[in-house]
Amino acid sequence: MPADIAVVQRIADRGRNAGAIGDAVFRALTFGFAVLVLLILGGVIVALIDGAWPALRTFGFGFVVTEVWNPVTHKFGALAPIYGTLVTSAIAMLVGIPVAFGVAVFITEICPIWLKRPLATMIELLAAIPSIIYGIWGLFVFAPFVQQYIQPAIIDTFGQVPGIGALFAGPPLGIGMLTAGIILAVMVLPFISSIMRDVFETVPAILKESAYGLGATRGEVVRQIVLPYTRIGVVGGIMLGLGRALGETMAVTFVIGNAHRISASILQPGTTISAALANEFTEADSDIYLSSLIALGFILFIITFIVLAIAKLMLLELQKRAGG
Amino acid sequence: MNIYTRRRLANSVVMSLSVAATAFGLMWLVLVLWTLLWNGFAAITPALFSQMTPPPGSAGGLLNAIFGSVVMTLIATLIGTPTGILAGTFLAEYSRGSRFGEVVRFINDILLSAPSIIVGLFVYELMVVRMGHFSAWAGAVALAIIVIPVVVRTSEDMLNLVPSALREAASALGSPKWKVIVMVSYRAALQGMVTGVMLAVARIAGETAPLLFTALNNQFWSTDLNAPMANLPVVIFQFAMSPYADWQVLAWGGALLITITVLFLNIGARALASWSTFKQ
Repeated sequence: MPADIAVVQRIADRGRNAGAIGDAVFRALTFGFAVLVLLILGGVIVALIDGAWPALRTFGFGFVVTEVWNPVTHKFGALAPIYGTLVTSAIAMLVGIPVAFGVAVFITEICPIWLKRPLATMIELLAAIPSIIYGIWGLFVFAPFVQQYIQPAIIDTFGQVPGIGALFAGPPLGIGMLTAGIILAVMVLPFISSIMRDVFETVPAILKESAYGLGATRGEVVRQIVLPYTRIGVVGGIMLGLGRALGETMAVTFVIGNAHRISASILQPGTTISAALANEFTEADSDIYLSSLIALGFILFIITFIVLAIAKLMLLELQKRAGG
Repeated sequence: MNIYTRRRLANSVVMSLSVAATAFGLMWLVLVLWTLLWNGFAAITPALFSQMTPPPGSAGGLLNAIFGSVVMTLIATLIGTPTGILAGTFLAEYSRGSRFGEVVRFINDILLSAPSIIVGLFVYELMVVRMGHFSAWAGAVALAIIVIPVVVRTSEDMLNLVPSALREAASALGSPKWKVIVMVSYRAALQGMVTGVMLAVARIAGETAPLLFTALNNQFWSTDLNAPMANLPVVIFQFAMSPYADWQVLAWGGALLITITVLFLNIGARALASWSTFKQ
């Protein structure tokens, strides 16, 4: 009998050892792929710095503060695309945030329960439509519309106002920074509104009910209860949308006009970092041209990384508070 | 006007604005889809699926581009899915509360929203420069890098929804942890993980920016993964920006194909997710 027990013991041990080896192997495997995620980001940084180095060495800090972009004389400066990126994203945020907020309020506070899901899905489908579709639509449908109706109206009204008139000056071309900004607004709308909706849902019902009990209207509840409670999450969602807007490529490339210059008027063509990359990369005929384009990409990466990191940290903060 | 009327008025203004905002958002969806159908249907002919992309000024189809898109999407999914699932497994099963896990999760979320054109630049430096030419492989790798963060995120979320009691029951029967994960957690989370993969495929089906400097384009039929390959998004970009009417019609046809595929995948993924075994 003791011998039998020893045999059973040995078999059990072997099983346990095999399990332990399997465990170690599987853990190492999953760990390896988790490390790969970090390596991708590391690789992106190394590749961009490596590719951008010749341009950064040649032009130095002047690269980011010079407007000139001349492939013939090999003089490159990133100011115009940086400016275009920031202006189009700013327009996108100015238009997108209020609309996203309205959508989130409608879905969480007003709409009947049966309509909630279909409505939320439809708004989110706006994010599913590929960027190139917005581009082709923007070029053939939206830009002509803007040219014919919106821009003349803006030029006739705001264009005459002293001071801000310069912002809305020039002929109505259809394509330009305003058109790109509006299309960007539609594209980031679903990202911002779905995060706002999620954070609005985290407000404890008892807080809202107390306010209603005191006679508050819906608008007052949103402004005085929901918004203060979810402020960090709302800002996080906006930053996430901003991160998307900054790096959006195809839709902007179609309608921005691709002009490497800085115009005071938002109705005029410009360019953004990503549009310049999409348009010129395969046409770059000299090493310094190519390197300058990669340097543009590196600048875009740094800007979006910072914006997205802030967004993520804010949303994590909210999560921690909701959990704690 | 007394305070009561004023508050009521303010409230109805705020509420109307919010209704208007929602209508405004939906209007864009309707407008975009309607124009696509309107312009795209004219282009949907048998030739679209049976002929190659034409030179300017003549008729043709998109067969080589459709083929290229399917091939590259498929390869990208085959690379990205296992990678994403294993990394997601590490985050959900092995790294709860660990510092390293938090860092990976953070970086993954940034990759999830990072501009896709940056991924294109990365793969250009990584593969195109070294190989000396554009290739379908490079395009597929660029798309795979976009798939990975999506799958990591959904796999982790879905595995986190699997009740601990299931894992504990399997462990109590003596199975080692890897077996618990593979035989219990994966099976329980399968639906959710498939949803994640479908969403990832939907995301890359229309991706253009990363393909511009990796797979480039090819006017002819090509099955060589080591050479530039045609693909729908880049063909649409090129054709839509061109002054030729024939090309623009084909661009609309391609745009309609992509949009239908993407919407179909998205709605399918959502339907699948709503039957999912576990809810938050």
